[in-house]
Amino acid sequence: MLELIKQPWHWAVAGLLIGLTVPTLLLIGNKKFGVSSSLRHICAMCIPAKIPFFKYEWKKEIWNLLFVLGVFIGAIIATTFLSNPNTIVVAESTKASLAQYGITDYSQIMPAQIFNIENILTLKGFFFFVFGGFLVGFGTRYAGGCTSGHSIMGISNLQIPSLIATCCFMAGGFFSANVLMPLIFKLL
Amino acid sequence: MENKESIEVRHQDAMCTNESKQSEIGVFSNIKYLIVGIAFGIVFVKAEIISWFRIQEMFRLQSFFMYGVIGTAIIVGMLSIWLIKRFNIKTISGEKITIENKTFNKGQVYGGLIFGIGWAITGACPGPLFAQIGSGFLAVGVTFISAIAGTWVYGYFRDKLPH
Repeated sequence: MLELIKQPWHWAVAGLLIGLTVPTLLLIGNKKFGVSSSLRHICAMCIPAKIPFFKYEWKKEIWNLLFVLGVFIGAIIATTFLSNPNTIVVAESTKASLAQYGITDYSQIMPAQIFNIENILTLKGFFFFVFGGFLVGFGTRYAGGCTSGHSIMGISNLQIPSLIATCCFMAGGFFSANVLMPLIFKLL
Repeated sequence: MENKESIEVRHQDAMCTNESKQSEIGVFSNIKYLIVGIAFGIVFVKAEIISWFRIQEMFRLQSFFMYGVIGTAIIVGMLSIWLIKRFNIKTISGEKITIENKTFNKGQVYGGLIFGIGWAITGACPGPLFAQIGSGFLAVGVTFISAIAGTWVYGYFRDKLPH
């Protein structure tokens, strides 16, 4: 059984469990699934700086901060006790494209050639961590939600604005992965 | 702080607001969310959703995996919400379940495109960000701090941006 759990899970299993998060949160406390709000609560908690957008009672949404703390702890548990002994399986066509950019290490779930502490102070680190992270934080709040709040919770609740937001997430991602990143990889 | 004003502020640019009652803001009464979060984090890692490789496959249309995950999650979520509404199911404490409707604004387009670009670069939406750090990729801590900074800068310039 443990051997089975240690294997990478099928997309249908993952999709089912993530989908079930929606009714679970609703049933245990009328909470709407959404992760990016946690970033806003952290701002409201730590650095509100008298900005009106952060002047609200974040303590009332402490549940959301505990939820993301849980995600962090869950990842530690899965990585420590349930980790897959084999290397990650990635589509051959993706591997071929990434090889052109020098990404060849599949020993971990993330490419060690990018997500490495030694890269933090390099141009590569600036692009993948600082620039990328900034866009995620800025964009999700501007859009009013992320993959969880819009794409899963919003579309599940048949919200047209969420469908539009999701199409824009995908459009931005297609542009980024196929146009912007190949260009940046050439420079770095 | 005027309470009503605080609630109005909170509703800005949020898919939904989820304020708990005053009696529920302690850490202890919220432990159940920590447990759901832990389960969620385990799924993220075990299905390799937090992997930067999976996101590259998705945006290069070279694997069905992420489409399968998100598609299944939406179908399950949709069915669940339909059932909850259809049978007027209450929360475990007997509260009525309410889900606000969302109105369109241009932020969903501009912000959506910006987030999409960042999603492909970092290989993470906000949820997986927490899980990537938990998986031991400490460099993602920089991404996380930068995402908080991005949210903060958005809050600072919010009034000047088109909505």
